[in-house]
Amino acid sequence: MIGWLRSPASETQVTHGQRLWLYIFAGITMILLVTPTLIVIPMSFSDSQYLEFPPEEWSLRWYRHYFSSDEWMLATRTSFTAAFLTMLVATPIGVLAAYGLHASKLPAVRAAFVMLITPMMVPLVLIAIGAFYAYVKLQILYTMTGLVLAHALLAIPLVVIVTGSALKSYDMNLEMAARSLGAARWKAFLTITLPQIRFAVVTSALLSFLTSFDEVVIAMFISGGDNPTLTRNMFNALRDQIDPTIAAISTIMVIVTTLMMALAQIFGQKKDTR
Amino acid sequence: MAVTDLNATGLRRDEFVERLKLFGLGSPAMILVLVILVIPVGWLFYVSFIGADGSFSLENYERMVERKSYRRIFFTTFQVSLLTTALCVLIGYPLAYFMAQLPSRLANLCLITVLLPFWTSLLVRTYAWLVLLQKNGLVNNWAISLGLWDEPIKIVHNLNGTLIGMVHIMLPFLILPTYGAMKAIDRDLIKAAANLGASPRRAFWTVFFPLSTPGLFAGALMVFVLCLGFFVTPAVLGGGKVIMVSMKIVSNIELFVNWGAASALGVVLLVLTALILWVASRFVNLERATGGGGH
Repeated sequence: MIGWLRSPASETQVTHGQRLWLYIFAGITMILLVTPTLIVIPMSFSDSQYLEFPPEEWSLRWYRHYFSSDEWMLATRTSFTAAFLTMLVATPIGVLAAYGLHASKLPAVRAAFVMLITPMMVPLVLIAIGAFYAYVKLQILYTMTGLVLAHALLAIPLVVIVTGSALKSYDMNLEMAARSLGAARWKAFLTITLPQIRFAVVTSALLSFLTSFDEVVIAMFISGGDNPTLTRNMFNALRDQIDPTIAAISTIMVIVTTLMMALAQIFGQKKDTR
Repeated sequence: MAVTDLNATGLRRDEFVERLKLFGLGSPAMILVLVILVIPVGWLFYVSFIGADGSFSLENYERMVERKSYRRIFFTTFQVSLLTTALCVLIGYPLAYFMAQLPSRLANLCLITVLLPFWTSLLVRTYAWLVLLQKNGLVNNWAISLGLWDEPIKIVHNLNGTLIGMVHIMLPFLILPTYGAMKAIDRDLIKAAANLGASPRRAFWTVFFPLSTPGLFAGALMVFVLCLGFFVTPAVLGGGKVIMVSMKIVSNIELFVNWGAASALGVVLLVLTALILWVASRFVNLERATGGGGH
């Protein structure tokens, strides 16, 4: 231990001992980053009305309450359906756009790219009230269609960026070769290019799912009626009181996110092109 | 001669058509952005110039300058955004530095602690802080049992609670690009500095730190801009005491159904954001902030 403390930790011969403050600081910061999310999990299994930690008595009552509530079940169905459909809408049109802009070398490409990533830059509240107004006119307020379109809008920048960066490291000559051998452009794309960028496409799809599943502000305005999302109902519940049912729902959301993230990490780590 | 000319122009035309077709593949995505974002926001822009009596007027903008309550909202928004950004830099930079020094296997493990909150629902994290910071919450209980203070103090439903929640939510946006920039620094440069007699401190401040600033600036910019338009966390943790622009926009619609006032605030928020990004893009490579994340 003492030996380690005195050994050099960097190129400038600073020892681990002299750097102890940094290690302690980093350790505390990492704990603070992770615990707030994880602490919700044990709390959701508490028997008490008050969210205590550690819980004095364990029970599943908040989960029972959640699973027996029609309102929460409707919201859960809405959130999962919207997330799934958002993934199905945003991924193909995002990948097509990323491919089209990558292959077409027109001067307008740069402007088109900026336009496609604007949903990331415009404050969410503004998108939300704009969509709210548009949906009243189009008569798709509180519908699944409207919700999915708005969430797909948010997911498109992610798909375009993730797929676009995979295409940058992909050798387009492979597709050229296939076409010179007589394959139509779309066939060359489907059989040659797409398999090469498949991991980026899967990552994009997972990120689209999560974008919709976690989104609050837009859902607050344009989801409701027969299609309220989980996040919308949670936000409204938070305004009133701290109901431990929310801890149970949060736990489920954390599990869904962790699962998706683990998948995205696995696919993201794999290199698309060799 | 004439035939080759013809072929050349023909080929050029074919190529142009081909490129146009490829460009057209982006049209579904662009139409979506146009219909759900550009046109409605354009309409909001128009509405912001319509007064209460239905004719053209600047009253929605004049209100922001004249009324003290509106000036206060802008002040709060900047205050919260600046404080959050500063705290994120102070906490995030050392952590990124720490991770950048680790062997990559260990660094990836530490990176999970940044990515996990990054992808966890912001609502869940805000809720967690509400629970932790409440009067009989964990933080108060532990602080009292450790003897830090005697009675439960109010940590949430005020500016402090908002800042704690926002810093927690924004930290990954700062850490990821900063870490990315640090990893790209050539370690031999530090060795060279040490070799030439620079003290560790001097080597850090004159060599390492300047090389890491592109990532740090991109991250800080992202945090600041996201904070300006933030809604959920201040609405839940601020307890009505921290009113930011986005919250005023929502209450203008939900409570007062005043589209003109809400739109004008939205336009100002959008213009401020665009202006900051535009000015910053001349100094910072924004792709680091949008595409440089580790996911």
